[in-house]
Amino acid sequence: MKTYEQINKRIESGKAVVLTADEIMDYVDKKGLAAAAEEVDVVTTATFGPMCSSGCTLNFGHSKPKIRMSEAWVQDVLVYTGLAAVDVYLGATQLRHGDPANMYHPGEFRYGGGHVMEDLVAGKALQLFALSYGTDCYPLREIRTYFTINDLNQAIMLNPRNCYQNYNVAVNDSDKTIYTYMGTLEPDRKNASYCSAGQLSPLLNDPFYEVIGVGTRVWLAGAQGLVYAEGTQHAGAGDRTPGGIPKGGAGTLALTADMKQMIPKFVRGVSLRGYGASLALGIGIPIPILNEDVLKRTCVRDRDILAPVVDYSSDYPQNNGKIICHVNYEQLRTGQIEIEGKEIAVGSLSSYYKALEIANLLADEIRRGEFTLAQPVAYLPKDTKTKPLVIRDKAS
Amino acid sequence: MSQAITKKLMLFFPKCECEKPIIYHLVKDHNLIVNIYRAKVTPEEEGFLVLDVTGTQQDIDQAMAFVKTFNVSISDTGKGVLRDEDACAHCGACVAHCPTGALHIGDKATREVVYNEADCIECLACIRVCPFDACVSAF
Repeated sequence: MKTYEQINKRIESGKAVVLTADEIMDYVDKKGLAAAAEEVDVVTTATFGPMCSSGCTLNFGHSKPKIRMSEAWVQDVLVYTGLAAVDVYLGATQLRHGDPANMYHPGEFRYGGGHVMEDLVAGKALQLFALSYGTDCYPLREIRTYFTINDLNQAIMLNPRNCYQNYNVAVNDSDKTIYTYMGTLEPDRKNASYCSAGQLSPLLNDPFYEVIGVGTRVWLAGAQGLVYAEGTQHAGAGDRTPGGIPKGGAGTLALTADMKQMIPKFVRGVSLRGYGASLALGIGIPIPILNEDVLKRTCVRDRDILAPVVDYSSDYPQNNGKIICHVNYEQLRTGQIEIEGKEIAVGSLSSYYKALEIANLLADEIRRGEFTLAQPVAYLPKDTKTKPLVIRDKAS
Repeated sequence: MSQAITKKLMLFFPKCECEKPIIYHLVKDHNLIVNIYRAKVTPEEEGFLVLDVTGTQQDIDQAMAFVKTFNVSISDTGKGVLRDEDACAHCGACVAHCPTGALHIGDKATREVVYNEADCIECLACIRVCPFDACVSAF
């Protein structure tokens, strides 16, 4: 048994024993659970993939004369101005003004909110254009200027939903190619697409939300941020394996961090043909090894994690909840799965390569005493389900 | 009789050479087997051609000497489809779409996506599916 305080003292003195969620299973197999739980202080988890429910608040500071922005665009991408005078919110999936979207199907979606966020973190000069109706205290009616992240008072990433605990494997049962947020899916189940770091993914290493909660310090694209709430659509109550691993989406996290501290290569704009623009993010979350139970859960392996295979041509869009079958991540990572007697080529949208890089970067920061752990101030619910949106004819 | 070998080439035709039947002469006069993967050769515009040529070393050398008498530049690295190493996130979205396995997971432990350009047949599927714009065409 260890406490957060004891672990943090060991981190601060540079003596913490830190392993990644990719290394811990073999280590525990070798040392035994009890001895390893004594010895290991932290296991680092990570993920890198598209996370559409991401965005940032920006504060531009005041021009002379002042403006109360009522409509604004950064790099021609619309930002939300329903906040105070020079605060805006930029969303990852917002398209650039004039983007033909899917008018010439499938659209390319080459530049959107996620790409603006990538350019912002990369320190590029960006264009701001804003309009206003003008007030006595904010007389300026229009502004066009150029800025970098260093010119802003704040650039704070504020993501309502990141780190899905588990995710669907998408296939296409129709006879036409379809273009989805899971990528391009060829007809007749020619290919499948998954999106999870599996055994390295944060919430798959803490399936019952025992150590990751509101207030947990996280590594968000290199910046030290935190979990500020349960993520949208968080639903801990779904089906689980006998080992406790959710057999579908389940838990999510809402994350925030200062973009001025971020590393550009972990904040990447994404273009999904025929679907839209998004943002891929690198996230690392440390798991404090408080006891044997916590350690045991970090030993989850790809073969123990099941993902639901879902048809994205009809079942997913019609929201009928149908699942073709479950496959495990070890099978997915071979690049080939067999469903109903048919071999299907498997691709991924989540980068295990980058996730591994992040888990090691975070482990190094903890070993150097630069990243300490924060105990949650509140825990994520385990008993909630997502509600559908009911289409009603009348208000009551 | 020396052995037949195969080389992947990319030819660049400046505007002035686009209307000449150069490939015809590679076959007719230099005994080469040509396998064109992808071409963009338009009169009055620049042109590019990515192809395999198969023949003896001597025939290939003579054919290249012939090609060089025109204003055509030859690249024997044959890179019609390039991968931007910095842009690639190694997600693996491309691997299920790559028909020859030119793009594949190289190392099972790190899951790094490796691009073996010699196996590329220039179908351009990777360019269409890459979320990070990491696969690009040279033309």
